[in-house]
Amino acid sequence: MAKSVIPIGPYHPLQEEPEFFTLTVDGETVVDIDVNIGYNHRGIEKLSELKTFDQSTFVIERICGICSTSHPFAYTRAVEDIIPVEVPERAKYIRTTIAEGERVHSHLLWLGLAGHFLGYNTVYMWVWKLREEILDVMEILSGNRNNYAIFKPGGVRRDFNPDDIPLALRKIDSIVPTLNKLKKAIIDDPVLHARLKGIGILTREDALDYCALGPTSRASGVAKDVRKDAPYGAYDQVDWDMIVTQNGDVFEKVVVRVLEVFESIKIMKQCLMNLPPGEIDLNIKNIPPGEGIGAHEAPRGETFHYVRSDGTNRPARHKVRAPTFMNLPTCKSTVIGETISDATIILASVDPCYCCTERMAVRTSEGKRIYGGQDLIRLSQEKTQRIRRKMGIK
Amino acid sequence: MTREEILKDLKQRFKEDIVNFFDKSPKRVYMEIKPESLVKCASYIFKELKARFNIASGVDSRTAIEILYHFSLEYINLLVSLRVKLNRNNPQIDSLAPVFKGANWIEREIHEILGVDFKGHPDLRRLLLPDEWPKGVYPLRCDYTEWDKNAIRDRGV
Repeated sequence: MAKSVIPIGPYHPLQEEPEFFTLTVDGETVVDIDVNIGYNHRGIEKLSELKTFDQSTFVIERICGICSTSHPFAYTRAVEDIIPVEVPERAKYIRTTIAEGERVHSHLLWLGLAGHFLGYNTVYMWVWKLREEILDVMEILSGNRNNYAIFKPGGVRRDFNPDDIPLALRKIDSIVPTLNKLKKAIIDDPVLHARLKGIGILTREDALDYCALGPTSRASGVAKDVRKDAPYGAYDQVDWDMIVTQNGDVFEKVVVRVLEVFESIKIMKQCLMNLPPGEIDLNIKNIPPGEGIGAHEAPRGETFHYVRSDGTNRPARHKVRAPTFMNLPTCKSTVIGETISDATIILASVDPCYCCTERMAVRTSEGKRIYGGQDLIRLSQEKTQRIRRKMGIK
Repeated sequence: MTREEILKDLKQRFKEDIVNFFDKSPKRVYMEIKPESLVKCASYIFKELKARFNIASGVDSRTAIEILYHFSLEYINLLVSLRVKLNRNNPQIDSLAPVFKGANWIEREIHEILGVDFKGHPDLRRLLLPDEWPKGVYPLRCDYTEWDKNAIRDRGV
């Protein structure tokens, strides 16, 4: 049987992030897939060991631009678990508000990209316009559109200005009607139904076996969410629902994310309206020896940080596990058996974030690796040849 | 089952395998076990107790290579970490990837950054390090020394 190989990457033409998929196809059907990551290494776990506990917060905030709250949230919780302390109430509410704002903009970002992958650019433009509004809200609250720099072990760095809160609430309210329209347009769209229903199904058993996280697993009927299972921040003090659907196809993943945006807006509004008074920071000075674990439900699933302290002012070990690390391997069970044209959206349906997934090895060299366009084309062709040889395909 | 029942059951069932049991807080339990009983304990926690495998984290603590396998038991809000200590000169342990697929990638990662040999792993290729990275050089070991003289490093403060 003649099989061909389709390489996608190392720079994904649509997702615009560095990863390398090798699809083995038989006619139109994908029969095997191999994922090769590691093109985006910055050595952040090692870097974090060289910084103080306070400075590390800034480094890991830069693991990924979209999850710029999730990583510090999990990290600060891990450090607080070493001591152990509870942060002040007001800090908890501020953290929760920022984290949910991030979830709204991250889900909208993915939704726009998903539309773009399908060639449905109306959704893309429309959703990203809406995303601007929520970024404005974040700018009003924290001063930044992204990388809010608001987390620190023991509390938050800056307080919300009470004068800004009514403006932020008005702005959040103003985007809800548009979101409602969007929800109807996406969930009831016959084109999207035809395109997304029944493809890339991740069964409940596979989701559990691969330990999939976040919307990827919740679309397959796995009702697990760190915010509900192990409440932290203000999540046990506000009213919200966990969104779980049963089918596990790409359409359900879209539905879960769209509905979660509404829940996040609900949480943000409740937090802003019931912001308790008081301190925002515990001013932690010394971290005792020990080890701590922190988890936060990021937009893509649980972010998990393990920090070990040896009593100095720097972490002895800092392990970062991003949700995509567990979600991406599920492509082995979702993509195989589908057609090539569906593979693009199925691979994108876990909302992969490679910046988060790869943070390990140290490697930057100066002056040695400068390639021109022709060199890159040559390297790419050589690599394809090498892979074909390795797989025994002429 | 409640938290107390599960912990009692674990202590009873694996009393031969447990080296040290540390009940840190209501939400965190650390269980140090013998390396050879890892598959037995992890399979029981994953399959019978229906835990979710969070991740494994490898640490080089200068005296031994430690690997912590973190499992979440959501229904009682508990995180159980299985700790194994391996010989630094020849770290090897049975792979968990045949038991559940979630362990596949992380074992590949620990294999390349700490040099732990996972016996029985179906596909122990490199995950993150580049192809030209030399064999036998493990970047997160304490005794790691520079092999690429042209590399620039952020030395911290």
